[in-house]
Amino acid sequence: MSQSHNEEMGAGKITTKAYITGFILALLLTIVSFGMVMSHAFSRTTAMAGLFVAAFAQMVVHLHYFLHLDKSSAQRWNVIALLFTALLLFIFVGGTLWVMYTLNSRMM
Amino acid sequence: MNTNVSQNAVHTADAEHHNHAEIRTFGFWIYLMSDLVLFSVLFATFAVIGFNSAGGPTGKDLFDLPYLFVETMFLLVSSVAFGLTMIAMHNGKQKQVIIGLIITALLGLGFIGMEIHEFVNMIHDGAGPDRSGFLSAFFTLVGTHGAHVSFGLIWIFTMIGQIAKSGLTEGISSRMMRLSLFWHFLDIVWIGVFSFVYLMHVV
Repeated sequence: MSQSHNEEMGAGKITTKAYITGFILALLLTIVSFGMVMSHAFSRTTAMAGLFVAAFAQMVVHLHYFLHLDKSSAQRWNVIALLFTALLLFIFVGGTLWVMYTLNSRMM
Repeated sequence: MNTNVSQNAVHTADAEHHNHAEIRTFGFWIYLMSDLVLFSVLFATFAVIGFNSAGGPTGKDLFDLPYLFVETMFLLVSSVAFGLTMIAMHNGKQKQVIIGLIITALLGLGFIGMEIHEFVNMIHDGAGPDRSGFLSAFFTLVGTHGAHVSFGLIWIFTMIGQIAKSGLTEGISSRMMRLSLFWHFLDIVWIGVFSFVYLMHVV
C-alpha cells in the first residue's frame, strides 16, 4: 500500500502522494486551529476568525486531495452541485442567523 | 450482469457499465449535498442557541481539547487509510483492500468509542441534551454526525464481507466508490464540528 502509484482515472490523479500531501496539510491546519485556541495567544475575535479561515481551508484540502475535486471537466458537475449547495447553505444559515438576531428588534 | 474481477473497476470494456458507475457516483454526490444541507441547519440551530446554557455547564466547562484532538486524528487518519484502500482497489489488490478497510474501520471505531464515552460522561454529569438549549443542539448535531459515522462503519463491514466473498467485482467497486465519498464527507463535516462547536466555544 506504500507504492507511489500514479494513475489517471479520468476523474483526476488519484495518487498515494495526493493522500499524504492532503493528510499533512489537514494535520497542519488542525494544529493551527487547536493551537490558536489552546495557546490563548490571540484575542477572541482573532481566534474566531482564524478558526473560520482554517476550517474553510481544511475543507478545501479534503475536497481537493481526498475527493479529487478540481477544475477538470470530469469534475465539473460535482463542483457545480457543491457550489449550488453552498448557495443554499448561505441562504439557510445566513438567513437563520439574520432572522434570529434581528427578531427582537423587529418585534418591538 | 457482468461479474468479472477487473483490474480497473471503472475502466471496464463495457461502456454502458462504465457510465452506470459514474452516474451512480454522481447521484450519491447529490445525496451528500442534501446531507450537507441537513447538517447546515443543525449547525445553524447550534449557532442560534449554542450560547443558551440555562445556567448550566458551558463548552468551557465540558470540552476536553486534547481528547478532541485525538478523536479528530482518528477520523482524519481513517480518511487517509480509506484513500489508500481505494488506490489498492484500483490496482486490483483484493487482500490490501480488505486490510485497508479493516484499518479504516478500527480507526472509525476509535472515534465512535471516544465519542460515546464523552456523551455518556456528559449525561452522567448532568450535562445531557435536556439540560439546556446549548446541550440540546450539541447532542443533536454531534450525535447526528456520530450516527452517520456508525452507519458508515456498518457499510464498511458489509464491504469487507462482500469483497472477501466475491472479490473486487464491478458492482462492489462501484459501491466502494460511493462509500469513499461518504467517508470523506463525514470528515469534512467533522472539521465544522470541531471548529465551530468545540473550539469556538472554548475560545
